[in-house]
Amino acid sequence: MNQRSRLSLLVTQIFIASLMFALFGRLFYLQVAAGPKYRDAALSIQSRDVVTPANRGFIVDSSGVPMALNRVGLAVTVDRTKIDKLPDKGAAVVQDLVTLLGLNFDDVWQRTRLCGELPKGKKAGCWTGSRFQPIPITNTADPQVALRIVERSDRYPGISATPLAIRSYPTTLGLNGGHVLGYVGPLTEADLAGANGRSYFRSESIGKAGLETVYDEYLRGTPGIKTFIVDRKEAVTTTSKNTKPIAGNHLVTSLDIRLQAATEAALAAAVKRARGSGYRADGGAAVVLDVRNGQVLALASYPTFDPNAFEKGLTVQEAEDLYSEKTGVPALNRALQGLYALGSTFKAVSVIAAKDAGYSLSASYACPSEVQVGNRAFQNFESKSQGTLSMKKAIAVSCDTIWYRIAYDEWLRDGGLRPKSNPNDYFFKAAEKFQMGKKTGVDLPSESSGRLANREWRKAWYNQNKDFYCNYKERATKAQQTAFLLQLARENCIDGDKVRAGDAVNFSIGQGDTVVTPIKLAQMYAAIANGGTIWKPTIAKAIVKTDGTVLRTFQPEKLGELGEDQATIEFLHDALHEVTIAGTAAGAFAGFPVATSGKTGTAQVFGRNPNGSAKADTSWYASFAPAKNPRYAVVMMVSQGGFGAGTSGVGVRQIYEAIFGAQGSTVKPELALFPNGKPPTTLPRISPATKPKPSILNPGKPKVVATPSPTAKAKVKR
Amino acid sequence: MSTFLNRNPYRRARRSSIVSGFDPVLTGAVVALLIIGTLLVYAATRDWYAANGLDPQYYLKRHVINIVIGLALAWGTTIIDYRLLRAYTPYIWGLGVFGLLLVLIPGIGSEVNGAKAWIRLPAGFQIQPAEIAKISIIIGIAMLLSERTHNNDEPTHQDVLKALGVAAIPILLILAQPDMGTVLIISASVVTMLAVSGASTRWVIGLILLALLGGFVAVKAGVISDYQVKRLQSFVDPNADSQGAGYQLRQARITVGSGGLIGTGLFNGPQTNGRFVPEQQTDFIFTVAGEELGFLGSGLIVFLLFLILMRAFAIARRSTDPYGTLVCTGVIAWFAFQIFENIGMTLGLMPMTGVPLPFMSYGGSSMFANLIGFGLLQNVHASHRG
Repeated sequence: MNQRSRLSLLVTQIFIASLMFALFGRLFYLQVAAGPKYRDAALSIQSRDVVTPANRGFIVDSSGVPMALNRVGLAVTVDRTKIDKLPDKGAAVVQDLVTLLGLNFDDVWQRTRLCGELPKGKKAGCWTGSRFQPIPITNTADPQVALRIVERSDRYPGISATPLAIRSYPTTLGLNGGHVLGYVGPLTEADLAGANGRSYFRSESIGKAGLETVYDEYLRGTPGIKTFIVDRKEAVTTTSKNTKPIAGNHLVTSLDIRLQAATEAALAAAVKRARGSGYRADGGAAVVLDVRNGQVLALASYPTFDPNAFEKGLTVQEAEDLYSEKTGVPALNRALQGLYALGSTFKAVSVIAAKDAGYSLSASYACPSEVQVGNRAFQNFESKSQGTLSMKKAIAVSCDTIWYRIAYDEWLRDGGLRPKSNPNDYFFKAAEKFQMGKKTGVDLPSESSGRLANREWRKAWYNQNKDFYCNYKERATKAQQTAFLLQLARENCIDGDKVRAGDAVNFSIGQGDTVVTPIKLAQMYAAIANGGTIWKPTIAKAIVKTDGTVLRTFQPEKLGELGEDQATIEFLHDALHEVTIAGTAAGAFAGFPVATSGKTGTAQVFGRNPNGSAKADTSWYASFAPAKNPRYAVVMMVSQGGFGAGTSGVGVRQIYEAIFGAQGSTVKPELALFPNGKPPTTLPRISPATKPKPSILNPGKPKVVATPSPTAKAKVKR
Repeated sequence: MSTFLNRNPYRRARRSSIVSGFDPVLTGAVVALLIIGTLLVYAATRDWYAANGLDPQYYLKRHVINIVIGLALAWGTTIIDYRLLRAYTPYIWGLGVFGLLLVLIPGIGSEVNGAKAWIRLPAGFQIQPAEIAKISIIIGIAMLLSERTHNNDEPTHQDVLKALGVAAIPILLILAQPDMGTVLIISASVVTMLAVSGASTRWVIGLILLALLGGFVAVKAGVISDYQVKRLQSFVDPNADSQGAGYQLRQARITVGSGGLIGTGLFNGPQTNGRFVPEQQTDFIFTVAGEELGFLGSGLIVFLLFLILMRAFAIARRSTDPYGTLVCTGVIAWFAFQIFENIGMTLGLMPMTGVPLPFMSYGGSSMFANLIGFGLLQNVHASHRG
């Protein structure tokens, strides 16, 4: 070999060696440095997960009576891996199935198509899960039909009928509970994308409202995962992972199923009564709190919806009705989402404002038919003069003019339309002590905070709206151009940022721009009842595992103190009791065997109904009982329900009848809900078979609407 | 250079037995690869064939037969007097060209993956003339470029032109199939042989430039089929064609990467058993090694291949006549570029072309050719130990 050949050979050798080193380096990168990444990629290529949902935990009342549990349903499912192997891809089998089930072929066929198989724009109703997950056609198959499918498996290849757990809300004692319990439903794309920070499997159901959604992470448990390893033809080669589902934990609430049922019934009856008197009564709410710790014993809203409807699948019409104005927006939980002026129930707050301003609570005050406020006369309720009254009597008969006088005088003292730099604002400050304008913090979703129309709010409101009111003629619609509204707009434009005399006097009797939710008012009256502590209303008491061990307890939480002296609290207790014996609620509570305290409210509402009629007053009754050593705060509200006493007062009396076991003018201690007058403090044993103890709703043998227990196996021959 | 050669211990390793011609390191590495390759072919086909109701040892048996025939050919190539080989070279070349012509005749050549590369024989056997052509080109060029009066003479321009002519005819025929992978490997081998023959550097550089230009024009002018363009594109962007060539490359890379350091164990690779990588007993055999044997096993394979190449360089260097050196150089370049193309494709370094991995992939023709190439190395080794 000559020298050039030797050199060429050496260069070639170096070149080829470096090629081999390149392969070696690349191999090291792929397998060692990036190995884990490729292992994940390989796993996602080879593995197909089939999810077995976990049994959801129960929601029980404070005595352990189930309010939400699971019952056995029969699911008819289609197995795509089997029907795809049929010559016609299963069309004939699905046709037979829909005939048997009485369904529409196109709907069912669409439901068995994987979303990925369908072109864009034709995915509606497609199956979001995998090919290996049996696709449910119905969860509530008739046992006879299911039996036929199972027995004739040769005629229905790939179709199976299996028992599965369905969320069930028992209608014990006529219970509905939809607004407080909520309901479960399938996941949305947003849920899957991690909108609430939790991760889910596609075929899971999750809590969609109420307690079901707030405590979903405890209730839903962990689904079982079976991982199949498949080959390129999607044929299963092995099963790599097989975890059993872990049942969810139970939620023990402070609710009492009997009281909840009674509260719902009393509210529905109040609405009916109001409608009987010619009022529109388009909605209502009722709340019962334990004043010692803020625990919610019952919470109801009207109109209601059926929480059991969701598992069956809502029709389009049913889904629309939930949010329709025509049906009264049943989805709205008025107890914590509805905002209403408080009317005279606010006078308990005004008492504290007057006392703070130096007015004697034992003095007498004039209650004329009207009070001149600036250039406008403000009338007493129904323009009646009551002469001179003690403060206590003025509360009992709900005199307005005494508050107009005090509020107007204080407004003038604070500088009127040119307020002092540091005004006393006794009325606003009293409302702030009750934390009006803030959420109560109840453990239910989407609570409204209400509105406290104080000086700051008015300034903020004016900054947002002055453009509209100062250009009202151009901005408002034709229908809004009435003389009164034009005048109002002009006034709003000139001094809408200030608290005017009218605003101040309206505020003192719970009218005007200040609004609260019913649960807020219940919290406020509970604070009066317990001597001044503002508790956060809570429904959850504990999370209990299926084996009975307690996972977590929820402690009552103090949000603040009114800081009033004993005399003021005692005066309020006395005056509010007077309401029920010689005041506006005396009729509603005539002959009631337990001494109670309360306050009626009849709040005017500005605005018109869709049919053009003026909106009727909001009927309120806020109360606590027993009058001495109070334990329960009960508030009922019926919007457009008319007078406070006749509509809501009577409704609250019915709730107290259930609590104390009162029938007519006697108390039957054996029918009282809570022995010794105290809701249970210990946690109950949880069993799906627990029946409610006797009450006036179920005085004899407990009458329970049968709900099959989830442990009962459906008898399906195989 | 010569001091290095003098220190080589194998120069003194003389034995008188029938295996005395065999270089032990080279032989050991080849035998090891044949054994590993057999296991991998079995692993690649066993589950899939069993799952489809076929004989799970179908490929194993045929692969072993191929190896036995190939070893016999290697032995024959080793013991033959290489002067005799020289005398037969024109006939071997002619046979290769004849096969390549036959392949293009419809009805005789069978088309797989868009290339007419096989001649179907009775009993399900088929041969790939391009593999035989590789050998005929190597020994043909070696003969032309080494026929000089003095050892230190350089090949004349006339020699180079003759050599290019000898290479060009089979290359053009293979281009007509078309089998770009084989064309690339042969072309690279020819250029390497020219460089080592001592031919003018201008020839070498010129040919490299010509190859680049040719490739560019071929793509632009559409001489290369859509099928090949797609493969090239999928190399640039593996996601461009999610079920075609890009899919195969991505699957191959995932399969190798998922093996990690120690692999899933032989026969236990879910990617392999699920057959997510196509052609995994032939062109993608290395994915099986990657997944089931991990970095340790597949790294060992790369090392054994490296060892073969480095031993071959030592043999080439020790050869006393240019013919032996050039034959070795041709075989080295052929093996090296085919190894780099095959494993590089599997690892995502090279575009996809259908070339098998020497000594490992299933396939009779390539196995025979590889082992004949191995025999050539041994022959040169045995002939020039002195």
